[in-house]
Amino acid sequence: MSANAFDVKRIRADFPILHRRVHDKPLVYLDNAATTQKPRQVIDALVNYYSRYNANIHRGIHALAEEATAAYEAVREHTARFLHAPSSRSIVFTRNTTESINLFASAWGRAHLKSGDQILLSEMEHHSNLVPWQLLAKATGATLAFIKMADEGLLKLEELDRLLTPRTKLVAVTQMSNVLGTINPVQEMTRRAHERGALVLIDAAQSVPHLPVDVQQIGCDALAFSSHKMLGPTGVGVLYAREALLESMEPFLGGGEMITDVQLTSSTWNEIPWKFEAGTPNIADVIAFGEALTYLERIGMSAIQAHERELTTYAIQRLREVTGLTIYGPTRAAVERGGAVAFNLEGLHPHDVGTVLDAEGVAVRAGHHCAKPLMRRLGVVATVRASVYLYNTREEIDRLVEAIHAVQAFFSKPTHAKV
Amino acid sequence: MVEQLDELYREVILDHFKSSAHAGTIPGAQIHQEGANPLCGDEVAFDLKLDGGHIQQVRFKGHGCAISQAASSMLAAQLEGKSLREAAALIEAMKGLMQGVEPAESIDLGDLEALAGVRKFPVRIKCAALSWNVVEQGLSEYSRQQTAHSTQKGQHPGS
Repeated sequence: MSANAFDVKRIRADFPILHRRVHDKPLVYLDNAATTQKPRQVIDALVNYYSRYNANIHRGIHALAEEATAAYEAVREHTARFLHAPSSRSIVFTRNTTESINLFASAWGRAHLKSGDQILLSEMEHHSNLVPWQLLAKATGATLAFIKMADEGLLKLEELDRLLTPRTKLVAVTQMSNVLGTINPVQEMTRRAHERGALVLIDAAQSVPHLPVDVQQIGCDALAFSSHKMLGPTGVGVLYAREALLESMEPFLGGGEMITDVQLTSSTWNEIPWKFEAGTPNIADVIAFGEALTYLERIGMSAIQAHERELTTYAIQRLREVTGLTIYGPTRAAVERGGAVAFNLEGLHPHDVGTVLDAEGVAVRAGHHCAKPLMRRLGVVATVRASVYLYNTREEIDRLVEAIHAVQAFFSKPTHAKV
Repeated sequence: MVEQLDELYREVILDHFKSSAHAGTIPGAQIHQEGANPLCGDEVAFDLKLDGGHIQQVRFKGHGCAISQAASSMLAAQLEGKSLREAAALIEAMKGLMQGVEPAESIDLGDLEALAGVRKFPVRIKCAALSWNVVEQGLSEYSRQQTAHSTQKGQHPGS
């Protein structure tokens, strides 16, 4: 699809929040790696559900319950198609990426992991793909090992080969770094891990929203992401896992919905994926998430990726022109990367930068981005991060750069100390 | 918003941030206390040299945002010459100021008064509060040691 066919103006018209002002300036929303804004189609789906067919699912014998159940389960089918998963039985709805990874760590780990086994992670993981494995390692006596990265923020694949041993039971790695924007070669990594008999879980929180993801092509065993980072509501996460793997796992939470029979002292489990969805799920938000999938499909994930690639290239080019600005992560044109760009301004703390950018109407993230080990690896305590999505424009990148100049001007104005 | 920004980053705050007369360390100081805001990575370490019940000299060393470092500098300046009791009262006054409570007339905030504008930026209050939280911890640790020390003396062998 050509760049012309990508009509940003029309897309922006669908997002009510993009038309508000912040501190009396038009909002420039560049915090998409944290959460994305919602189109009115998604907002309408929520209102429509509560206005027309709100009911508990899988149990009521009435029209509303049937409609709600059908709509909820249709999103499961839709999610499977979106990921090119072989079956919707592979799709478990959770609260968010974090819960998806915890579910897998707990339910798979308890069934399959022993003392002395190894879990292989990378240096660039979000806390949500780190702490669950720390807990699992503590509970089982398994050990953790980490794939190092080169200074440009790319993982060293020879490290993966070196670290894979017969004790390695799982490789859990992010497909796209939420800080550096690095896109990891997960298909190749999965191939190498499988050759050595290890399973692979992909943290896809930053990738599924921004580029085409085909779980069969990657070949991964499990993959986790969140609705709210891809135009959908908060409170919905997805865990994809191969059917056979889900069958081999113990339940995560116990309660209603996840059982076929319950005696006073024992129970039998429901089929997958419902075995992993205890209690009343987040029906409304799952249904609205389906609208987000429809919206993204209508624009096209390849077109979205192309738009973000162009914007990110432009952003990096403009940011590199700023004196005293350091970018963390890949910046070479030859390296395919995502639209999260982390940077710092010389002599200024990211929170001071963020506060002044906010005053200019520009919303970015400033902090450690839930990746403290990566911050230490980079030798910083925190960074500023701008991250784009399908509704961002070149003009907004210009606004960001202007605002950065305003930050520098603000903190370099003469004060008494200079006298 | 620019007015509000100017209120947050008052000139005196930027002065203290850019160059502090109280930056440094004091070898052999009776009180050494470190602290950090884990969420933003602000870090500061205070050295307090005491002379009897009075704070003779204060130095701090740290890195972080302008608010956290300026607050540390201003607090260091204001603590010098105070008794331990006065220091505790100053810290209480600063905590109150962040809640919108005007300090008692008897308490001189000095440059610290410039931090009143931080109140309008709730997410930044913890930046300023790091300095007095660290000093408060140092003071209470010192007083605990003193108490333990005098108790030990009281239990002198043979008594």
